[in-house]
Amino acid sequence: MKSSMKWGVEFSLLSKYQQGYLRLALPKGRLLAVTANLLAKIGLGFKGYNARARLYRLRSTRFSYLSAKMFQEKDIPVQVAVGNYDLGICGLDWVEELQVGYPATTLVKVMDLGYGRGNLYVAASGQGGISNIDEVLTGRNSWRIVSEYPNLAESFALKQRLRSFRIFPVWGAAEVYPPENADLAVLWARGEERLASYGLTPLKALLATSAFLIANERSLEAKDLNEILACFSPEVIGESKSLLETEAEVIGSSEAALSRQQRADSVWLALPDGHQQPPTVEFLSRVRINVEGYSEEGRNRRPSTDFDWLSVKVVRPQDMPLQVANGNFDLAISGKDWLLDHLYRFPSSPVAELADLGFGRVKIVAVVSKQLPVTNIGELRQLAKVGRLSPLRVASEYINIADKYLRDNRVSPYKLIPTWGASEAFLPEDADLLIENSQTGRTLARHNLRVIDTLFESRACLIGNINNIDSPTKGGKVASLIEILRQAAEGG
Amino acid sequence: MSWGYQEVRTPTLEYLHLFTATGTLSPSMLSRVYSFLDWDGWSGERVVLRPDGTIPIARLYIDNLARQELAKLFYVTNVFAFEETGRENRERWQCGVEFLGCAEPAADMEIILLATEILHKLGIDRIELRLSHAGLVKALLRELKLSPAEETKALGQLLEGDWQILTEVGSTSSELGELLPQLLGLKGKSSGFLKNLEVLSGQTSADFKSELNNFMDVISLLDSLDCNYQIDIMSMQGFEYYTGVCFQISTDGKRIAGGGRYDDLIPLMGGGNVSACGFALYADPLMSLVPSEVGKVAERGVLVKGETTAPEIVKTCFDLAQSLRNMGCVVDLDFVGRGAAGWRWTIMVQGARLFEVIDQVQNRRKEVASIVEVLNEVGG
Repeated sequence: MKSSMKWGVEFSLLSKYQQGYLRLALPKGRLLAVTANLLAKIGLGFKGYNARARLYRLRSTRFSYLSAKMFQEKDIPVQVAVGNYDLGICGLDWVEELQVGYPATTLVKVMDLGYGRGNLYVAASGQGGISNIDEVLTGRNSWRIVSEYPNLAESFALKQRLRSFRIFPVWGAAEVYPPENADLAVLWARGEERLASYGLTPLKALLATSAFLIANERSLEAKDLNEILACFSPEVIGESKSLLETEAEVIGSSEAALSRQQRADSVWLALPDGHQQPPTVEFLSRVRINVEGYSEEGRNRRPSTDFDWLSVKVVRPQDMPLQVANGNFDLAISGKDWLLDHLYRFPSSPVAELADLGFGRVKIVAVVSKQLPVTNIGELRQLAKVGRLSPLRVASEYINIADKYLRDNRVSPYKLIPTWGASEAFLPEDADLLIENSQTGRTLARHNLRVIDTLFESRACLIGNINNIDSPTKGGKVASLIEILRQAAEGG
Repeated sequence: MSWGYQEVRTPTLEYLHLFTATGTLSPSMLSRVYSFLDWDGWSGERVVLRPDGTIPIARLYIDNLARQELAKLFYVTNVFAFEETGRENRERWQCGVEFLGCAEPAADMEIILLATEILHKLGIDRIELRLSHAGLVKALLRELKLSPAEETKALGQLLEGDWQILTEVGSTSSELGELLPQLLGLKGKSSGFLKNLEVLSGQTSADFKSELNNFMDVISLLDSLDCNYQIDIMSMQGFEYYTGVCFQISTDGKRIAGGGRYDDLIPLMGGGNVSACGFALYADPLMSLVPSEVGKVAERGVLVKGETTAPEIVKTCFDLAQSLRNMGCVVDLDFVGRGAAGWRWTIMVQGARLFEVIDQVQNRRKEVASIVEVLNEVGG
């Protein structure tokens, strides 16, 4: 908060007609196309705000004092709440997720923009034996709830007085966990049909959501936002309605729901989506494990294999260590980066690296803006110590790796800003240091950034739960699968 | 301790799930707990900074003391709750007593008397004792025949101090329509009125009547001891786990203690069918009411001052201080020449055989030549 005050003070000294007087946080992803359309229509267009944008910093085509930056939708409420941005556009779901976790947040919902509609649901698998919410409320199980919205999920559980529950935060793909790997999912979907296509039954609609214009409370009090807010007048927004209805359906075709009955002694393997997917496909084909439907184009999160004892789900690599630790998966192909991030947070976790698969090499690096006169972590420590950057603002997807790195290097004081990707956009305005992965260094160069340290090299690895490898119920299948993959990795 | 209670201490960190089930903490209290993942929290199980004194004691009893029939325990502990304005403390202290294993009204009476006696001994005499009965209120809610979800919600509102809901819902039922205003408006010392209420409650369930009888039993006991109380049904606030008589003690409108019976808590947490009751004194408001101890030091306090820091003088100072402490004095040492204000005696140590004894009260000075003589001066 201290740092946001610092920015707040600096900005309040700027006069309205100076560059950077007003800052707007705009969404990437699902809401991008419609938001860009709307802004253009109401006279608030930004050059280069489109799905192919390669730079995150945007200038208003009309107001010289208005600038914008693109963020992951989830980052926007946080950025506006801490005062780095005066205004933001994002889904109500992420606003509520922040506010329910931090009730003292200084965030104001200015206006419902009416597009990007959907619901936040509590849902269970149609095949999981839960068909209505009362069974959850009166049941005596310890419910496993998986969600990208851990605060809202916890609030739901507490309000409903669930006797016992555990929340598993995930980065994505919450829909694929029930019923085997979670009892309930709290997730966003456009409607119930979408849930049905995931094989899920809605038990309760927690929140109807749509895109919102949000503002920092102090900006509203202290700054002149008139010209900008006038663009959002209800009449103008109303006129643009027809345009907004042309929202593109970004989610692909229906995914296969449970394709077949799972055996009780199934070995569960988690495979990665995203960047790690293509090399994993190649690796599996090399060891002759045919995973039907696991290709780059496909969206099937439950591909099938030739072995009836092997069940596969495609999830985010970030989520794998926690899932493996809890026995929801026996094995997973994740990255060393995510394994370490997990182990630094939970030193007694039973997850271990079982094989280095050799592909998916990235360096985990410490990065600053080239505007900052430092070339190594020692110089940065000195800057933080003398109060030039105090506290040092550190943005990272790897919050535990970043925390340990700063502790080990005796940097003080610092504060961590968790991000959900595209961290390079944070420098230099919204963070001083990044802990980031870099494959080629090209993205970093394009954003005028400098690497000041390499923490380690990360590669894809097979991870497993050391307590379950010899599980008698799985009849040694876990161990034999490990052996196949390990040999292939060494041979390759 | 002269009442036979033993001190216990529970961990500052407890598991969140102890506090989440219905009948433990209300949702609004839960929304203010400090909860987080422990270092081994990969299973998703959260821990909390102890938000309440009683539930950890119930856990302690179930884990360690369940074999003994009765347990009479007391504790001094801090409890944590988020407070948005930043004006109040987020860490508060309370001193509590729990009487586990006794369902008799005599136990309710014991804790009420104990609470009032402690306050009396602290010098706080102008207290108001307000009695309510959670079992009666809950039975009344059941009479309204709400759905389980509505009943939980209504109870939540009552615990927040919003009694409007009860009169709104109650007005739809003709039998309860008469009873409700009388019961809710019930104030003053009126055990006789409770008896009249029993007559009025003709139509209600056996459940409601037995709660009413229990209330009357406790009240007659208090009457027999000339205990000064007020019945105020709406004084029941805050804790969902109460099941029987509950009470609030305040002075000049400030709440300083509260307690009650919680027979369902231990069974709910997986322990045996054990009845219990208890109370807590709220240390933060009490501190401002209890007379300060500051003046007391001065009555017997001695400041021993070394004239220099020569080894011989320093050693003599420490020897003298030890002898004075053995005599029961409060002794402080000074080698940097600080002021002697607030101390009853000041001893200047000028050498191993040269002391100046200053009586700050009578403003007398005397030189003596040995530690024994100093002790005589101070002790005499």
